[in-house]
Amino acid sequence: MSEHVLSTKLYYGIWIALMVLTVVTARIAFIDLGPFNTVVALVIATCKALLVVLFFMHVKYASEKLVKMVIVASIFWLLLLLLLSLADYGTRYARHG
Amino acid sequence: MSDSTATSGHGPELLHHFSTAEQQRDAASLGMWLFLGTEIMFFGGMFCAYLIYRLWYFNEFAAGSRSLDIWLGTINTIVLICSSLTVALGVRAAQMGKRKLLVTLLVLTIIFGVAFLGIKGVEWYAKYKEHHIPGASFDASDLIRDYPQIHIDPAHEQIYFSLYFAMTGLHALHMIIGVGMFTYLLYHSMKGRYGPEYYTPIEIGGLYWHFVDVVWIYLFPLLYLIDRKPLG
Repeated sequence: MSEHVLSTKLYYGIWIALMVLTVVTARIAFIDLGPFNTVVALVIATCKALLVVLFFMHVKYASEKLVKMVIVASIFWLLLLLLLSLADYGTRYARHG
Repeated sequence: MSDSTATSGHGPELLHHFSTAEQQRDAASLGMWLFLGTEIMFFGGMFCAYLIYRLWYFNEFAAGSRSLDIWLGTINTIVLICSSLTVALGVRAAQMGKRKLLVTLLVLTIIFGVAFLGIKGVEWYAKYKEHHIPGASFDASDLIRDYPQIHIDPAHEQIYFSLYFAMTGLHALHMIIGVGMFTYLLYHSMKGRYGPEYYTPIEIGGLYWHFVDVVWIYLFPLLYLIDRKPLG
């Protein structure tokens, strides 16, 4: 990590954004958007996760490129797990709960 | 190498196999990120199981999600976000050598962490009273009564609640470890161990705390917000 000291203003700004997004995602869940309810919920969750990782975890300011590589590789591996499993189970046969 | 003696002037924190404090900090940070990579895979297995069962038994997942307390879930999300703020500000206080502020922020973080666990405990107790804990005494008849529009198979409903308890339980375990870790950091902060030259443990502990927060950021919509729209 670099010696970079971020301003408190930035931290409070991120905090407010995270709070607003939390309330928004909880409210939107009650509105019928069809299949897009899940999409919207996951997009908001990913925005929140990005804010935390980039600013609170200082990844945006990390001097170390290896750190970024580890993060990208980890997410790539997670997506392999999720997407390939989905491609398998999602196309096998119709199951109705 | 000449500047290694210059930077090691701050004491025993700089280990002899590192040239500079900066290098040591980068190595510690990279190591933590590698550990968090294994944590992503650890939680990833559960998210994968969740994904597949949700695909198969969506009705039961929707009904189970409706039975959770969305208010307590939202409040807990806010509690965790506040704790992440105090951690981020704590790292900053350590970087700037503000010891008193650091101690205060660590105490706040621990309070938020314990509050999260307390609220989680209240939610689990409600599920226990409703017989929603998977096992011999599991009973989904209240869900079948409350949501006549949804076709519910009790066996599949148990899978939702198994995943609910496994995922929130694993997350809570991480919170308990985090609170323990921050108690350790608090103890050493009060003794004045961390300052602008050496704050790696605060930074590393902070990375762990934020990671656990990110896991919850995904758990909240996936468990609580599956299907909240008005039933037609």
